[in-house]
Amino acid sequence: MNLGRTFSTTGRVLTQIRHDPRTIGLLLVVPSLLIGLVAWIFTDTDVFADIGPAMIALFPFIVMFLVTSIATLRERRSGTLERFLSMPLGKGDFILGYALAFGLLAIVQTAIAVSFAVFVCGLEIDGSIWLLFAVAVADALLGTALGLLASAFARTEFQVVQFLPIFVFPQILLGGIFIPRDQLPEGLEVISDWLPLSYAIDALTAVADGSETTEWILARILAIGAWIVGSIVVGSITLRRRTA
Amino acid sequence: MMNNSDVAATAPAAAVIIENLRVRRGHEQVLDGLSLAVPRGRIVGLLGPSGSGKTTLMRSIVGVQVVQSGTIEVLGLPAGTRALRKRVSYVTQQASVYDDLTVRQNLKYFRRILGAPASDVDRVIERTDLGSVATRLAGSLSGGQRSRVSLAAALLGNPEVLVLDEPTVGLDPVLRVELWGLFRALADDGKTLLVSSHVMDEAKRCDRLLLMRDGALLADDTVRGVLEVTGTDDIEEAFLRLIERGEPDLRPRVETETPR
Repeated sequence: MNLGRTFSTTGRVLTQIRHDPRTIGLLLVVPSLLIGLVAWIFTDTDVFADIGPAMIALFPFIVMFLVTSIATLRERRSGTLERFLSMPLGKGDFILGYALAFGLLAIVQTAIAVSFAVFVCGLEIDGSIWLLFAVAVADALLGTALGLLASAFARTEFQVVQFLPIFVFPQILLGGIFIPRDQLPEGLEVISDWLPLSYAIDALTAVADGSETTEWILARILAIGAWIVGSIVVGSITLRRRTA
Repeated sequence: MMNNSDVAATAPAAAVIIENLRVRRGHEQVLDGLSLAVPRGRIVGLLGPSGSGKTTLMRSIVGVQVVQSGTIEVLGLPAGTRALRKRVSYVTQQASVYDDLTVRQNLKYFRRILGAPASDVDRVIERTDLGSVATRLAGSLSGGQRSRVSLAAALLGNPEVLVLDEPTVGLDPVLRVELWGLFRALADDGKTLLVSSHVMDEAKRCDRLLLMRDGALLADDTVRGVLEVTGTDDIEEAFLRLIERGEPDLRPRVETETPR
């Protein structure tokens, strides 16, 4: 590990994205538009008040997962990864460099999405808006970390997209959006207790309706943090310098 | 096959020494007991049809290939050792650069990773004649220009051994001659170059040749040696005659020819 190389990688990834307006748009604007769409669909009902917080968890998470996993996969496809592995760049420098770059983008994205949900769509937040922001950032970072992990196992862009139904869809289905998690059949409830997105949705919902203490929410953020660190560590271990 | 006393004799002059290298990819035995030595300060051409194992051999030398058995020593160290990652550079067959960065941004980044001096960026831009496109995005360049960016990145930090996988493919003849001029200048500086190609007429620009077919060596000899053994003045013809002869031309130790 070498901080200089890690930060150089972060800077390089951000410079690349700066040259790509469409990706910037996807990252920064699309999650807010989708949240707006959900709010619009449920204009005349009070559904948005219930599922709005979950939407803040969902869209940034999916967008970050997709963009991160495809960006790192492009390194593999373009041959630049192969070049690095023969250069003095540590595997940790590479993964962490990416995580930092997309982490910064995740913070900006979350700030926009949370502000949009609260100030434009009128999502009512009983708890602290800073706490809401903190959970949302952790959630977007989780998308980045799982995206890095997925790209370590994928060989093509096509395979990354195939990971969506495997890694992401079950988390959405079991995350408590369709039915509160405590009303799930027992087996499914146990599984959903282990899925990282469940923590994010629980925590965001709790901040919004003010139903839990700050400590309870911080514990959820810690659990998400553990998933983030774990994914990054496993991702850099599974990245092999020598391949068959 | 080289025996052990031959290896010992070539050791001081050899940048790369490979003994009995076996590599399997999937169900295919790509390299099956390859032994060779690449002398220092020379241009060694690695020639053979596509699928003959050239890229696998190069990947093994730079240490990114899982090998089944055998030993590979580069500059006296096992291939892929951390200390070698600054001393050996590798240019993959496809131009491995970032299309969404400019030429200069690409080189600046690779320079930082290598820890090379900042002045290196200008030096390699000049050497590869990329000055006029330095501020353009790599993705907007022609194939030949992109592969020169990839080569420029490999020159950063003054590596002692350059492993170049088909660096001249798709280039116009003028550029190709220029690149071979650059390779010769690097060799004159004492660098060792292993250059693969499937264009047989590039062979004559090398000091030594490794002719490969089906994961085995047809020849490991000087250019003149290969032509003498096969009694022809055409490398393509020599390749065919070696296949016909059924016996490889392995004279790894003989250094009769002086570099041109």
